[in-house]
Amino acid sequence: MKTIANYHKEFERGEYTPLELLEECLRNIDPEINAFITVTEELARESLKRSKKGRLRGIPIAVKDNINIKGVPTTCGSGILRGFIPPYSATVIERIESEGGIFIGKTNLDEFGMGSSTERSFYGPTKNPYDLSRVPGGSSGGSAAALASGSAIISLGSDTGGSVRQPASYCGLVGLKPTYGRVSRYGLVAFASSLDQIGIIGRNSEDVGLLLSVIAGYDKRDSTSSTNEVEDYENLEFPQKGIKIGIPEEYFEEIDEEVYNKVMEIKEALEKEGFSFKKVSLPSTDYIISTYQVISYAEASSNLARYDGVRYGLRKEGKDFLETIRKSREEGFLPEVKRRILVGTFVLSSEAIAEYYERADLIRKIITWEFEECFKEVDYLFTPATPTPAFPIGERTDDPIRMHIPDRLTAGANLSGIPAIVAPAGFVGHLPIGYQIMGRHFDEKGLLSLVKLVEKIKPFKGLSYE
Amino acid sequence: MNDYKVTIGIEVHAQLKTTTKLFCGCPTSFGEAPNTNVCPICLGLPGVLPSLNKKAVELAIRAALALNCEIHKKSIFARKNYFYPDLPKGYQITQYKSPLATSGKILVEGKEVRIKRVHLEEESAKLIHEKDKSLIDYNRAGIPLIEIVTEPDIDSPEMALAYLKKLQKILEFTQVSDAIMAKGELRCEPNVSVSKEEGKLGTRTEIKNLNSFRAVGRALRSEVKRQIEILERGGIVEQATIHYSEKTGKTRIGRAKEEASDYRYFPEPDLPPLVLEEEWIEEIRKSLEELPEERMERYKNLGVSEEEAKIISGSKKASKLFEETLRILNEPLEISRWLIREYRNFQEPDISAENLANIIKMVLSGKLSRINGSLVFKLMVETGKSPIEIVEERNLIQISDPEALKKVIEEVFKEQPKEFERFKKGEKKLLGFFVGEVMKKTKGRADPKEVSRILSEYEKN
Repeated sequence: MKTIANYHKEFERGEYTPLELLEECLRNIDPEINAFITVTEELARESLKRSKKGRLRGIPIAVKDNINIKGVPTTCGSGILRGFIPPYSATVIERIESEGGIFIGKTNLDEFGMGSSTERSFYGPTKNPYDLSRVPGGSSGGSAAALASGSAIISLGSDTGGSVRQPASYCGLVGLKPTYGRVSRYGLVAFASSLDQIGIIGRNSEDVGLLLSVIAGYDKRDSTSSTNEVEDYENLEFPQKGIKIGIPEEYFEEIDEEVYNKVMEIKEALEKEGFSFKKVSLPSTDYIISTYQVISYAEASSNLARYDGVRYGLRKEGKDFLETIRKSREEGFLPEVKRRILVGTFVLSSEAIAEYYERADLIRKIITWEFEECFKEVDYLFTPATPTPAFPIGERTDDPIRMHIPDRLTAGANLSGIPAIVAPAGFVGHLPIGYQIMGRHFDEKGLLSLVKLVEKIKPFKGLSYE
Repeated sequence: MNDYKVTIGIEVHAQLKTTTKLFCGCPTSFGEAPNTNVCPICLGLPGVLPSLNKKAVELAIRAALALNCEIHKKSIFARKNYFYPDLPKGYQITQYKSPLATSGKILVEGKEVRIKRVHLEEESAKLIHEKDKSLIDYNRAGIPLIEIVTEPDIDSPEMALAYLKKLQKILEFTQVSDAIMAKGELRCEPNVSVSKEEGKLGTRTEIKNLNSFRAVGRALRSEVKRQIEILERGGIVEQATIHYSEKTGKTRIGRAKEEASDYRYFPEPDLPPLVLEEEWIEEIRKSLEELPEERMERYKNLGVSEEEAKIISGSKKASKLFEETLRILNEPLEISRWLIREYRNFQEPDISAENLANIIKMVLSGKLSRINGSLVFKLMVETGKSPIEIVEERNLIQISDPEALKKVIEEVFKEQPKEFERFKKGEKKLLGFFVGEVMKKTKGRADPKEVSRILSEYEKN
């Protein structure tokens, strides 16, 4: 498997040039897959001329279209932002630029990150490169599909309830949601601020570690970013044998049998390597989806209030301000986003806040506490990433409850702020499926090391990089 | 009409005197071209996050301390959600359930007004309505404000005005805000109710957008009158938002529906709780100068008359000189007298506490007469020389020696034989006349007390 380090060696030896790599990625952009909303070919070529050094020099990177790149439209997959061009770049973008990274395009997403399939975009659905009749997962499905189809080497996504990890699972990739606060959110268009975290989708643990090294760290522009020291995620070692891994039984309920078997194969392989597994319990797991929904919808209803047609984006004139904003939002947002805004507005209303938002906030604390208790017994938690492989396009679009099912396995990490990683466990039929490891706050290095070991003992061959 | 009890509570918004906005680095300067003091953060563009301005927090703490509030070591920012074109994010970042400070109080005309809370929040943009369109200037958006809310402890429009004037003075004195009403740096929204029944509050109405002291007084008087008239007619006062018209000087009820907003407050997820170090609060407390009124009370407790205490404490320079002189010479009444009669007459010149203390010391020890003390003060201001130098140069040392004084007195008697005869016969009022003559003759150097004593001996003979 080719890593960024491998590309850099080839560049140095002159076997391959960054321009050739860019051309190859551009050639692989498949309109049928619809991974990109904006292809920034010109910007990429310009940057390539300047990209002489840096840890990411010459590496084409795809960016989820809810992260701002100065001068490039940000759409968030929504009609409401039509015509909006941000006058500033996100902190992560600035950090990547300073290490010579090349931005190849802005990738498709469920509108404002709200969805688990990348079907709910104003710019149409993205398709899974492994099976064009299936979803790539969401909401960072564009970023995952771009990688799986070979049109970028690594990508940025955002993860509010699993939006980096689910598509990684469906597209045979490594998806990392870092600890809340590990990576600055400045310039990431907010969906649910207390859950959102910029994440990375890559083809292997080393690449993900490298990009994390570049983007992690305190940012004075994000008051919720952490001042904890950034570890070296670039030079990963294999994990120590003494570590203990927990199997939370609730996370194995209602999982497709084939998915279960694949994930268990990884567990067995790790056991063979001498790692010990232990059953643990997270009793509040059943409340994860409803807690996640209440909190994320509430915050979303507030975060999306700024799209009022006054300053930028879509504007539909009405006779007064209220009518203008009503018409603009009516036309600018798709049904799923409207549904969430309505529910979010309701759960924050004075009549409902105690029953819904405040209660969810309390359960969130309990869920966090349960994770903390588990991490007193074990060092990591091992679970499936999704209960099924990628599902067919259209299957769940009319069923918000079923659409949320995969969140049960991933949103707990967002509610409690812990880091979590998803990596390929193999194939179910022709579709890839992932396993997930969650760890203590700021133990991204441990997660990446475990994945690195699995890559060695159970190598996975994906579409674009066999 | 007199048997109605008026109850008033006041919400004040004051603009903090910072150079940059509450959550970004944009300048707060006034009167710039529209939409020039703006950046992605104060415009609320997609993806931006707020960073709290430390200076604004410091100023809010100063204000809260000056209002005798309890400062909370942990306070939480909240979002107040509502749609309005002047609100770029669709919500205002403010403090709600967990404010910076609570439970303060200040004295207004001898009565206590309790301060319910002091909290930080951001200003909205400015709407400019033209004939066929509305324009928005975001220069103001994000400017730091504090909101100061009283309990309903104010019982008349006059007291409301006194409270506001005192509050304005406190904010100005502590350099928290320039608090100029005409510039919108101090805005107030009083709520008012009237009731006839003892211990029972009437329905209150809230008066919006008052931008001068005059308007506050007139609006409150008009609103009290309006409510009493309704009750007198047997009607019911409706809870409502009230608008005041500067033209008519009258209040009128706004749209009743305006009260029905639900702001859907929840903790601002983009800002961690504001946690304050005790040390910092103490540092600010120490840097706070005593307020004029508190200082006046302290002077009064030293025995200074109320009138004098008020004059001295009202001037930064005079009170500073008073305190410094007091540290050298523990004679508060003397110092106060000198400050009122001499120092303030010369319009607060720059003199040292040491020099002033020396004049007073010489007077009190009998080395210098009071009259010549005044002269020394004048010369000291004019020449910048020290009082001791002046006394020596001009030979102003007081004559207290009875023999020397007797000689002068005898001379005066000789010059004024008729008056001397009358004096000897017991015309007491001539004593003052002779003291004056002796003072004249000695150019103010004679000790008037001693002169009086000697003169009264003659009288007895």
